[in-house]
Amino acid sequence: MSILLNVETRLLIQGITGQEGSFHAQQMFNYGTEIVAGVTPGKGGEWVLDGKVPVFDSVRTAVEATGANTSVIFVPARFAADAILESTDGGIELIVCITEGIPISEMLQVRQVIQTKNIHLIGPNSPGIIAPPHQKVGIIPDSITQQGTVGIVSRSGTLTYEVLYALKREGIGTSTCVGIGGDPIIGTTFDEILSFFEADSQTESVILIGEIGGQDEEQAADYIANHMTKPVIGLIAGQAAPPDKRMGHAGAIVEGGIGTAQSKIDALKNTGVQIANYPEQIPEILKNL
Amino acid sequence: MRLHEYQSKEIFSNYNIQIPRGHLASTPEEAKLIAEELSGPVVLKAQVLVGGRGKAGGIRLVKTPSEAEDLASKILGSRIKELPVRRILVEEAITFQQEIYLGMTIDRQYGEIILIASSEGGVDIEEVARLKPEKISRININPLLGLRDFQTRDLASEIEIPRNLWRAFILIAHNLYRAYTNIDATLAEINPLVITSDNRLVALDGKIILDDNALFRHPDFVDKRDISAEPPEETEARKFCLSYIKMDGNIGCLVNGAGLAMATMDIIKHLGGQPANFLDIGGGAGAEKVAAALRIILADKQVKTVLINIFGGITRCDEVAVGIRHALDEIQTDLPFVVRLVGTNEHEGKQILAKAELETADTLHEAAEKAIALAREID
Repeated sequence: MSILLNVETRLLIQGITGQEGSFHAQQMFNYGTEIVAGVTPGKGGEWVLDGKVPVFDSVRTAVEATGANTSVIFVPARFAADAILESTDGGIELIVCITEGIPISEMLQVRQVIQTKNIHLIGPNSPGIIAPPHQKVGIIPDSITQQGTVGIVSRSGTLTYEVLYALKREGIGTSTCVGIGGDPIIGTTFDEILSFFEADSQTESVILIGEIGGQDEEQAADYIANHMTKPVIGLIAGQAAPPDKRMGHAGAIVEGGIGTAQSKIDALKNTGVQIANYPEQIPEILKNL
Repeated sequence: MRLHEYQSKEIFSNYNIQIPRGHLASTPEEAKLIAEELSGPVVLKAQVLVGGRGKAGGIRLVKTPSEAEDLASKILGSRIKELPVRRILVEEAITFQQEIYLGMTIDRQYGEIILIASSEGGVDIEEVARLKPEKISRININPLLGLRDFQTRDLASEIEIPRNLWRAFILIAHNLYRAYTNIDATLAEINPLVITSDNRLVALDGKIILDDNALFRHPDFVDKRDISAEPPEETEARKFCLSYIKMDGNIGCLVNGAGLAMATMDIIKHLGGQPANFLDIGGGAGAEKVAAALRIILADKQVKTVLINIFGGITRCDEVAVGIRHALDEIQTDLPFVVRLVGTNEHEGKQILAKAELETADTLHEAAEKAIALAREID
């Protein structure tokens, strides 16, 4: 089995009539994802994807009519926080937000609301989730994936594609690949996704793709040390990056020396995670596990 | 977006946080006039967007208006950590008994706002945080509830603000929080907040960073962006929504996506080369943007080889290829290029570039190795 997506997934696309939304709706549909509805306020009653998918004015009416349980968001940044809250309110259980550039203050509020409910928010600024061979929610190019036993969780977009490509060249497939998003405030962190992979029977090993900034990787290292039995391979981007344009003294006090590539690599290595220096090293490490 | 000290102080003042009397000067004569108006000793503060100004000689105390004029003529036009000084803030000198630190920023881990305070504020606050963590108090603010009175009282008591100043301190904390949320800041910091000799709380220095993603709600700030205070190539990059940071190496990098751009720099370094820059063209970049990115890279005279690494998803390889062709038609360069195009419309992209006879690579590793070898040949 895959994580997050499965045969029960019934997808609703917020912003389905927009340029990005309609293009990727078609891609997801072609791959085999069960798309049951689209939402674009003001366009309720139309049909898209060759007349196969109905468009609704609101998430609530879409869920009532179609039983959608998962949503993916392609709406512009200034409306995206509202779109997440609308899905939350409409009873959606898994929300994947592709939109990049949502104001941080809005995400702070959204996260407080999400925390009080039994909802998973992936993103924002996420490439989405893919579970080969037939399930995809988001924009990850399916041509570079194949079904397999490696779970992938990543904060990046194109770097994740690079890893998928390097794996496929060596004939290695994925159980599920999850992009948790590159923003400072995101809905789901590494450790939660790691716990799903740990419990998933299809997944035999996990690749964690992190980058400089924040404390997510250090937190993940804690989780791995205490809860993971499956092997984890890490790739941390940003070792050669210039020192981050710092967030004043307050940022330095909050992070207190952690958040650099080296601190993340050290934290992960200490828990037995093998660190790859670049994407093409990962297949070698996997073969020698 | 970082604001200058004088811009931050304008905001403090609008939110009823006391700041020293003073004005901005862009000529020595203006500095003199302001000093005369203020009467008494004044402080000259260079307005540059870089930390450690004071230690670099950018903050000076003078006693008379003519001294202010003299010193201003030396500071204006000079450079502090490579940034030109175009304006000086001239302020009344304030004598104080204690420096306090008060700042707020995002707590990424908990998705809240964190308020930080210390009784030992001033330029060495990070040292204090490292060596005497017990001197730093933190309070997490739930963004739905906002900053509560009891929290500010706790903070005042923890950092041992004299009781007679509690009210004033609590008001400042609330006002700073109001400013922080109203202007969509990601950092608002008063350091130091001083207890003056006559027992007032005054914000002597401050720093505010605004959330770039929220700037659309604050068009007035966009107009205030001080382009003269940043390297011209960064201004040029922003115009095209490119994210560019110059570094010291000789391999120019053009990549889509921040994570992949960093990974590309990492592998160059891992294999013994030196990246000249970080450059992320973002998702879905068109030909025009790619050409602009290439112009910025080629303007860096240290660059000996250009490595282009594109993993097409939303970004289309043919668009990138057209952009490379445009830039090469426009700029005459003998520098070698290594181009790696993978993903969406990869074949179309490769065809467009076939005539240009650039070096190509299938994998990231191969691309990095080739770029390093070419850069070595030239050096």
